[in-house]
Amino acid sequence: MTQSYFELFGIKPAFNIDLAILESHYRKIQSESHPDRFVNAMSAEKLKSMQMATLANEAYQTLKKPASRARYLLELQGITAISETNTAMPADFLMQQMEWREALEDAKATKDIAAVDNLLNEIKQEAKSLNSDLISLIDEKQDYGSATDATRKLIFIDKVCADINKVIEQIEN
Amino acid sequence: MAYSDKVLDHYENPRNVGSLDKNDPNVGTGMVGAPACGDVMKLMIKVNDSGIIEDAKFKTYGCGSAIASSSLVTEWLKGKTIDEAYAIKNSAIAEELALPPVKIHCSVLAEDAIKAAVADIKAKQLAKETA
Repeated sequence: MTQSYFELFGIKPAFNIDLAILESHYRKIQSESHPDRFVNAMSAEKLKSMQMATLANEAYQTLKKPASRARYLLELQGITAISETNTAMPADFLMQQMEWREALEDAKATKDIAAVDNLLNEIKQEAKSLNSDLISLIDEKQDYGSATDATRKLIFIDKVCADINKVIEQIEN
Repeated sequence: MAYSDKVLDHYENPRNVGSLDKNDPNVGTGMVGAPACGDVMKLMIKVNDSGIIEDAKFKTYGCGSAIASSSLVTEWLKGKTIDEAYAIKNSAIAEELALPPVKIHCSVLAEDAIKAAVADIKAKQLAKETA
């Protein structure tokens, strides 16, 4: 299997992709490879359709989210953005992460939903700016080194967002 | 995934959580992050004039294994020289906490936090000497 996830959906490999097109191509493959259509098929055909459905799902999940899409694009360039043994991040970035985490802890303790919302907005703004950086770095400048840094930052930001959403759920219940 | 008893113990009763005065010339700060999972770890050590670590505090935002790894190293660091601290290996942390292979990166994070904190205190000492 040498086909890339982008080729699978018939779209050009890029960071800035049309999510609606990605989704419609994904749905099409899913319906074409749905097990119900292969009830009376030979087992080899059944297996092939099942493998296709699994691959399409994996590909869709990877390309749908900006951080994993960027990571995958870098992989296609032979770059491993995420190495478990590389823990060095810019100090000011980590400081910012700590501040956000501490602010979240305080807001959680006082059940201050407005403060949590503000924090979430601030972080989403940061994610947005990293997204536009990635469009420029990957699609326009092919600056994969800087794109790797931005991708790593985006993974941290996604994690904080996920944790904030958990806190919002906890406060609201 | 099941955590070992030692991880659970540190996770439920983390030792030495908190901060030291980062502007204190005898305090070194190490901050690291794991891009694989988005965990962040801050480790602070207070070193006396004989180069012995008197106090250590941490703040870790991450999974149980990351918290346990940093909690454990704060216990190990106290009483050690900064060179002894620098020599602590992630494999020793992973072994003590019986971390499964997928959580080894948490112990790497803790080792790197120690190295970053030691580098910070050494830089501060050098600045003091040359001042």
